Amino acid sequence: MASSDMGLFSSFVLIFVSAAFTDNILLARFLGMCSCLGVSKKVDTSLGLGVAVVFVTASTAVLNYLVYNYLLVPLGIEYLKLIIFIVVIAAFVQIVEMIIERVSEKLYNALGIFLPLITVNCAILGASLFMLNKPYTLLQAFGFGLGCGFGWFLAITLIGGIRERINEAAVPKGLEGPGITLIIIGIMALAFVGFSGMIKI
Amino acid sequence: MLASVLLSVAFLTGSGLVLAFLVVFAERRILDYGQCTIDINQGEKRLVVQGGDSLLSSLAQQQIFIPSACGGRGSCAYCKVRVLEGAGAIGPVEAPHLKPAEREAGVRLSCQVKVRGDLRIEVPRHLFSVKRYTGRLVRKRPLTYDILELTIELIEPETIDFVAGQYVQLESEEYKGREPVMRAYSMASPPSDKRRIQLMIRLVPNGICTTWVFEHLKEGQSVHLSGPYGEFRLTDTEAPILFIAGGSGMAPIWSMLRDMEERGIRRQATYFFGALTQRDLFLVEELSEMARRNDWFTFVPALSKEPEESDWKGERGLITDVLRRHMPDTSAHEGYLCGSPGMINACIAVLKEGGMPEEKIYYDKFT
Repeated sequence: MASSDMGLFSSFVLIFVSAAFTDNILLARFLGMCSCLGVSKKVDTSLGLGVAVVFVTASTAVLNYLVYNYLLVPLGIEYLKLIIFIVVIAAFVQIVEMIIERVSEKLYNALGIFLPLITVNCAILGASLFMLNKPYTLLQAFGFGLGCGFGWFLAITLIGGIRERINEAAVPKGLEGPGITLIIIGIMALAFVGFSGMIKI
Repeated sequence: MLASVLLSVAFLTGSGLVLAFLVVFAERRILDYGQCTIDINQGEKRLVVQGGDSLLSSLAQQQIFIPSACGGRGSCAYCKVRVLEGAGAIGPVEAPHLKPAEREAGVRLSCQVKVRGDLRIEVPRHLFSVKRYTGRLVRKRPLTYDILELTIELIEPETIDFVAGQYVQLESEEYKGREPVMRAYSMASPPSDKRRIQLMIRLVPNGICTTWVFEHLKEGQSVHLSGPYGEFRLTDTEAPILFIAGGSGMAPIWSMLRDMEERGIRRQATYFFGALTQRDLFLVEELSEMARRNDWFTFVPALSKEPEESDWKGERGLITDVLRRHMPDTSAHEGYLCGSPGMINACIAVLKEGGMPEEKIYYDKFT
């Protein structure tokens, strides 16, 4: 449990680290696997999607936190959280896409095709839903969202790097493509198990 | 119970509305690029369009039709246009379609270039008169075992103006997972018939468009095409003409001949039509009849693989040999050729041997 006597900042950092490493959303909870498998062929595309996911996860965690605590709870309709979260994420992603397109064409070209993918990335919805399991404050919720996103970013970038290297190696025919990628993800998940128990919140 | 149902429904509807409104509002405000000017061919045309659409659709709204088959998805790569200024960076969708030399020249896929500001582009002039047509297939008639004649009635726009020898791009529809493509086919009908066009299509084994035409396209179905394109046409001289065609290369020649007859052009014309065997011949009756009607016209069908013992009384041998036998001196003639690249190259060699200057040889090669 996040102890209330802990400083505001240290609890934020703790939640961030725990979400990013011990409870890595991709490698410990296996969420957001589809876009990870699809996009992790190269490091630069992995980075692009990863950054987009960090941004969207953190922002939607805050938005959904506000919607949940200040709209759904007072009205007593918490059971609508799933559908509402999905719509909020979709609308947010769409608006962000427009803003990026307008503000920086370069960033838009780099991220452009990944942004819409995020709408259906279960890691983002997962972050918003898991956040409700703990009695977080708004700042802690933000830290949690940021941590989830960063964990996903870290995992996909590492996987992208390994996959780039593997392209140069002779992989047995039957394992090429998704096969070897899943094995890599499995081994990395094992490595991330090493973090478990490190922080208990 | 009822209250909670109503509350959830109202909340869902309300939040949906609010978010939808937000998105619409954002699109209006954020993606408003205002009026943009598109300068075509260094000031030849200036279009003022509302920014935000793709270059392809902005041009189409102004009645300039860049060829495009995939509907702007960036997969057919037909809609290439030179953008001199204002296009922005090459996006991930178009990158695989652009060769290094094209990138250097500023070639872009117009369906992927968004009009975000003023643009300067270059468009081939003949595209200005090109239109996109919706028509209906009124007749599908086999000419031989592997060549079909399509008769298409134009619906929107209702008429087409073209010169005999020009072609249209027929758009195939998606079938069995094969993506839509555009293929060029010459008009076989004379230009006087503005409301209907006829095309001759030979089945290409495993060809995307021809398989669609042969197996999926039905009479009565609507079809899309754009045109007219092409520079293959009769000159205004009085020089005697040598037409040479093989297979479905018949189409533009048949259009030219009927056009000549209708308009009273009385240039001497000899038509060498090459085929393998008798079952590859078509329109022989019509052409022979035309030759009987008009003393200026001679029709010479020639078969290269016809069995020796058959009843064929016409010419035998490769079209080049037949041509050489009939026309030893071609120095005063003009040549109009349509067919496969192999046939055309061989015939050009023979015509030059006979004294025809290269600039008097006009051709339309199948690609």
